[in-house]
Amino acid sequence: MSFFEIKNLVKHFGGLAAVNNVSFEVQQGEIFGLIGPNGSGKTTIFNMISNYHHPTSGSVYFKDKDITGLKTFKICKLGVGRTFQVVKPLGRMTVEDNVIAAAFSREKIKKNARALAKETLEFCGLSHRKDVLAKSLSIGERKRLEITRAMATRPQLILLDETAAGLNPSEVKAAIELIKRIRDKGVAIIIVEHIMKVIMTISDRIHAINFGQTIAQGTPQEVANNSKVIEAYLGEEYAEN
Amino acid sequence: MKKFGPIILLIALLLFPLLVQDHYYQHLMILVLMWVVIGSGWNIIAGYTGQVSFGDAAFFGTGAYTAGLCMTKLGISPWWGMAFGGITAMAIAFPFGWICFRLRGAYFALATLALNEIMRHIATIWESVTDGMVGILILQTFVSKVPYYYIALTLAVVSVLSIQIIIGSRWGYYFVSIREDQDAAESLGIDTHYYKMISLNVAAFLTGMAGALYMNYMGFIDPEVVFSLHDISIMAILVGIVGGVGTIYGPVIGAFVMVAVHEFFRTGFFGFFKGLGAITGSDTITVFAKYVGHAHVLGFGILVVLVILLLPNGIVGDWKKITNSLSPFKRKEVVG
Repeated sequence: MSFFEIKNLVKHFGGLAAVNNVSFEVQQGEIFGLIGPNGSGKTTIFNMISNYHHPTSGSVYFKDKDITGLKTFKICKLGVGRTFQVVKPLGRMTVEDNVIAAAFSREKIKKNARALAKETLEFCGLSHRKDVLAKSLSIGERKRLEITRAMATRPQLILLDETAAGLNPSEVKAAIELIKRIRDKGVAIIIVEHIMKVIMTISDRIHAINFGQTIAQGTPQEVANNSKVIEAYLGEEYAEN
Repeated sequence: MKKFGPIILLIALLLFPLLVQDHYYQHLMILVLMWVVIGSGWNIIAGYTGQVSFGDAAFFGTGAYTAGLCMTKLGISPWWGMAFGGITAMAIAFPFGWICFRLRGAYFALATLALNEIMRHIATIWESVTDGMVGILILQTFVSKVPYYYIALTLAVVSVLSIQIIIGSRWGYYFVSIREDQDAAESLGIDTHYYKMISLNVAAFLTGMAGALYMNYMGFIDPEVVFSLHDISIMAILVGIVGGVGTIYGPVIGAFVMVAVHEFFRTGFFGFFKGLGAITGSDTITVFAKYVGHAHVLGFGILVVLVILLLPNGIVGDWKKITNSLSPFKRKEVVG
């Protein structure tokens, strides 16, 4: 019985294997880090989980159910929320309306959806901006809105795609706090992140990929000391030392 | 003012035929109300859901032909067409949307354009049913324009209210989410294909009802009139854009403006050029007056350019901008 699992995922874009035979499991309530240099296939894995891209082969299991190829909105309804690396705010709606639209996936009645949205906005610390249009938010707030919206769909697993990229140090700190609070709610998290400070401090386990293939997995310590990971990030000469 | 505006407008519209007995102005007001219905329909699919339709005439004409054929083929009152017109329009919208909502943005718009032409050709060629280019002529039920006026008013009020209700509901949130970002909407658990279908069918229903009303009121239709690209489909877009895309009262204002502009051109600037020609005795101006009447499409084009440049959100959407620039003490707008 696994909570969430991907098995032998492969994605070819034309002749290019963007993701080649990647498998991992995520336990309930853990923070699972997914790292790799630019273009290594992290976002492609996310897109395959939420089925924006259909995997060439392999499968995705959520709570022992095969969800490979299910429509994106159905995957969301099953309890897998996601954020986008390139943020997608619903620009000409207010922040609150953005979150209400998401909350409707759990609460059919407007009053309840509004209440769920209010609760989620407070939880994520965006209440003070709820009446402004989403397009007028700063990048940090937009990233936070992405998380808020995903949380309003009451996920059991949330995919965070570079939610700390482009933030200033105090915002990064706040983002780490938020991610920890989400974990404390019992929501499992798969996080893609380039800022090593973030991923190393919060992840329970880390999975490293390069050129679409797994190169290391384990605790943050193990992965940080793995020579293949150092090679992928810093080049061969550093790995040898 | 903002709160009471619609109520004052409604009272004024209710009293209008009692105060203005002139048949010409009553006729124009019936057209305005009909365009409120069509504009509202266009607004829900294009303005709120962001799926721009260039083919509203397909639904309008289907509704009109349904009403006409009720009379000529089934021998029942064309008013039944009011009930069926919306439903047959939905019967067209349903398979169309099912297939074509795979297309996004401009490609969907092109598909609606094609639907418009397909429906026009069907109505032209399928002579055994539609009588082709001969068209359908029925006897109008009422001699007076007043009953038509109140039927049109009821339809307009119902469509504006139903859009107000829809937009405030879950559907409305979903429609706007789809307009803003379809991928994000999908990730929030919104079945975008399904909700685009709902939106299109609501639009088709309203437009089909308006078409049936047109058949009953005008008593004559042919394919060139009710499936007309520039007089129906483009006009529907103009009503939406001029009034304000994605605003509830936009189509109401847009309908007033566009029917007025249409009439302004049709009558040659309300007979200005004709009069000028008669006064000066100049043949050139008399001839020019004749052509101005046909130039309304050109006029529409200029109007659209001006609206997009000056009021990109339409009259209702940019109301603040208008009042600000007209107020004697120009306040600088704080961009938030």
